[in-house]
Amino acid sequence: MSRIRTIAAGVLDFVAGDDRPLALGIVVTIAVAYLIGRSGTGAWWLPPIAVTALIGLSIWRAVRHKR
Amino acid sequence: MNPGPLFASVFLATSVEAVEATTIVLAAGVARDWRSSLTGAAVAVVGLAATIAALGPAVTRIPLSGLRLFVGTALLLFGAQWLRKAILRAGGFKDLHDEAAIYQRELTAAADLPTTHRWGVSDWAAFTLSFKGVLLEGLEIVVIVLTFGANDHNTTLAGISAAAAVAVVAGAGAAVRGPLTRVPENTLKFIVGVMLCGFGIFWATEGAHGSWPGDDAALLVIIPAIAALSIAAVAILRSLPTTTAAVAAGATQ
Repeated sequence: MSRIRTIAAGVLDFVAGDDRPLALGIVVTIAVAYLIGRSGTGAWWLPPIAVTALIGLSIWRAVRHKR
Repeated sequence: MNPGPLFASVFLATSVEAVEATTIVLAAGVARDWRSSLTGAAVAVVGLAATIAALGPAVTRIPLSGLRLFVGTALLLFGAQWLRKAILRAGGFKDLHDEAAIYQRELTAAADLPTTHRWGVSDWAAFTLSFKGVLLEGLEIVVIVLTFGANDHNTTLAGISAAAAVAVVAGAGAAVRGPLTRVPENTLKFIVGVMLCGFGIFWATEGAHGSWPGDDAALLVIIPAIAALSIAAVAILRSLPTTTAAVAAGATQ
């Protein structure tokens, strides 16, 4: 069981890196864009804006932590 | 995507990971045993190539919209992490990736390990150090080759590009017999982060039924826009008081 947990943690670390909120935010953004897209309204504008904001927020958190 | 950008993107991303893997292989070879270190690296490379060969055809069978959604999200997850770290490094809020320091650290760690003979390998520690280093750094290469290659239905070209990058970096490592400190690794990571984010946003949005104004030409706006915003973010970070001048100066080398 602990080996499975270790492997799962390794996979999560590989995919999400060291900023999990950033990774989660990206997945949620694409999911929301998908749902909007399925409703027939184009959502091409959402991922660029949201991802830029998420990376900016992640950097701000890292800088605030360092200072 | 036409073959040029596909080849260049995979080549650049692979080069960065290959430099890090080469440092570990060199350290294990210099501190321990060359034959065992190179055997470990070769076994890992064969394993990674087999993974690409096995998964490549399977991934390309996924329907295009689903594939782009998956590929774009995966690239975006990697790209966002790369870009975030690259901006923090260039802005002076994270140590620059120093291949010489890593090489010294690996040398010291490798020298302390006991020598054991196993499965025909004269120095098992050198073998496992190289094997693990190449395998771990190579996993990201596998993801990049599969995602870029599958999206373009050309995993062969993506694989050739990755193999070329590995050959160039390994050749440079063999010639120098030391860490590849002259490779502008931090700048390369910055560029690769921008490219991965750009392609990730583009493909994930298309996979999510979004239709870009101008179709593929939208990439010519997305990638420069991400680059410009990232450079602006670095400039803002460098203007903050805790930024160390020495670190910031090296970031654009």
